[in-house]
Amino acid sequence: MRITQGTFSFLPDLTDEEVKAQVQYCLDNNWPVSIEYTDDPHPRNVYWHMWKLPFFDLKDAAGVMQELAECRSAYPNFYIRINGFDASYGRQTTALSFIVQWPGEEPGFATHRVEAADRQMRYLIHPYATDKPVGQRY
Amino acid sequence: MSVTDGGVSRTTAGVSEYSKMGFYQEDYVPEDTDVLAVFRLVPQPGVDPKEAGAAVAGESSTATWTVCWTDLLTTYDYYQAKCYRVVQVPGTDQYLAYIAYKLDLFEEGSIANMTSSIIGNVFGFKALKSLRLEDLRIPLHYTNTFQGPPHGIVIEREYLNKYGRPLLGATIKPKLGLSARNYGRVVYEALRGGLDFTKDDENINSQPFMRWRDRWLFCMEAVNRSQAETGEIKGHYLNVTAATMEDMYERAEFAKELGSVIIMVDLTIGYTAIQSMANWCRKNGVILHMHRASHSTFTRQKTHGVSFRVLAKWLRLAGCDHLHAGTVVGKLEGDPMTTKGYYATLRSRNIEARPEWGLFFEQNWGAMAPVMPVASGGIHAGQMHLLLDMFGEDVVMQFGGGTIGHPDGIAAGATANRVALEAIVKARNEGRDIINEGPEILKAAARWCAPLARALEIWKDVTFNYESTDTPDVMATPSC
Repeated sequence: MRITQGTFSFLPDLTDEEVKAQVQYCLDNNWPVSIEYTDDPHPRNVYWHMWKLPFFDLKDAAGVMQELAECRSAYPNFYIRINGFDASYGRQTTALSFIVQWPGEEPGFATHRVEAADRQMRYLIHPYATDKPVGQRY
Repeated sequence: MSVTDGGVSRTTAGVSEYSKMGFYQEDYVPEDTDVLAVFRLVPQPGVDPKEAGAAVAGESSTATWTVCWTDLLTTYDYYQAKCYRVVQVPGTDQYLAYIAYKLDLFEEGSIANMTSSIIGNVFGFKALKSLRLEDLRIPLHYTNTFQGPPHGIVIEREYLNKYGRPLLGATIKPKLGLSARNYGRVVYEALRGGLDFTKDDENINSQPFMRWRDRWLFCMEAVNRSQAETGEIKGHYLNVTAATMEDMYERAEFAKELGSVIIMVDLTIGYTAIQSMANWCRKNGVILHMHRASHSTFTRQKTHGVSFRVLAKWLRLAGCDHLHAGTVVGKLEGDPMTTKGYYATLRSRNIEARPEWGLFFEQNWGAMAPVMPVASGGIHAGQMHLLLDMFGEDVVMQFGGGTIGHPDGIAAGATANRVALEAIVKARNEGRDIINEGPEILKAAARWCAPLARALEIWKDVTFNYESTDTPDVMATPSC
């Protein structure tokens, strides 16, 4: 399977040129860009690891692409996403967030069901990958 | 009926002209704290338009048809609403009457009270042929007595972990008749195929063919299954609309227990029930979707009723996270400029008056959370570039027939919509001209996405081009 979190997961993997265009779009909007990575694909895993701090000072997409290349080579088997953050009054939240790297093989999730009273069901969604320790999952 | 006998003062019994009783004051300067209203009225033959405006001010504030000496026990000149301007709409028999209401005519935090005042009695007034509440300027002093949307757009996105694109939904079809198990199948297929949400329709509550509790259980199986298959957060709007508050609370509680991220109500439950459900949703961390069922009975005709822009303001105050606000290109009423005005009303913080969008007044929302507008009804993947251009990102686009009617199945229909959406958003961000290049961009995506190719082919000629009944008086000139 392929997890489809993020803005462009239904499209073919973005090329570096395409990633750069989206980064430039963020910078043109004055949205600082950040890079995050993880090997826990659970949909409620909010806090991915930060690759350094958000690049508040970078005004050029090429600089972000350089950081992305470093992150990719340090974590070749992790998910990596790029975020644009809009700090403007009234928004102050993520404006764009898209995955730019998936691990090769994604085993997906198990759905565990526990029957409760009154025909209710309790669900546990469990990523198979997280059975292994961080760093050995993909 | 004649209201124009005249010549009677407040100290004598009898009938007096409203305009002579202080309800028409041309020199009145509205205060920042006043609620301002603009009505479109058509007086009966022989009724002076200013008198008609004064009568509306009177009947929607302190007055009745005859002079009452008990007025003299009050500061009546303070409490009475003032019609301060009446202008004819060029080329018509219609007039716009502007009326100012003092802030303390309204109970804090109560839409029921505000509507009972402003649209309570006056719409049946015999001296008028027709009457429409076009717009309201609600001062920040009053909006701040409401909590507004339980969550708002920012929290909804952070909770769902979905950014940078419109959300996608579909209403389950057929609206009526499916058993709970089959209904859940449609939910599952649509969500796993790529939609973020599916939706109960307005008239699916708890009928003999499918009781609410069974629907809840099967829909949540579908939601959880599709989350496991995609790694994304998904939701189904469980419609808790019911006969009593007790029933609605029971249904909402069960939805929460099962882990649903969202529930829905219909406008038909009434303003007070909406405010109660907004409080419940805020307290329980559940997003509230509002279906504006019944609104067209009073919003659609230009000369009588209440404009949807006013309803949108009331519902933002009353508190909902989603509100249907039109598609322009779909099957339901909606002029493009007027619809832009609705979207601005729901999403903006501080809005200038924009006559070409039908916005008569400025409106300041302070820090009140915005509402996510919903575009639903007769739209399909081939219109994606038009929809994104008109509505931007903070919108839920709902493709019901446009998902479930796909010849290769529901999941294929969902995938077609999601791919179309992401392709258009990506192109827009790259700086491409999506209005002109949109069809080309979609065609390019269809080359590697077979479901999109089928969707574009089957719905290529579907449009709904009918004249709108509700349009602004002012047309935008090409330069703006």
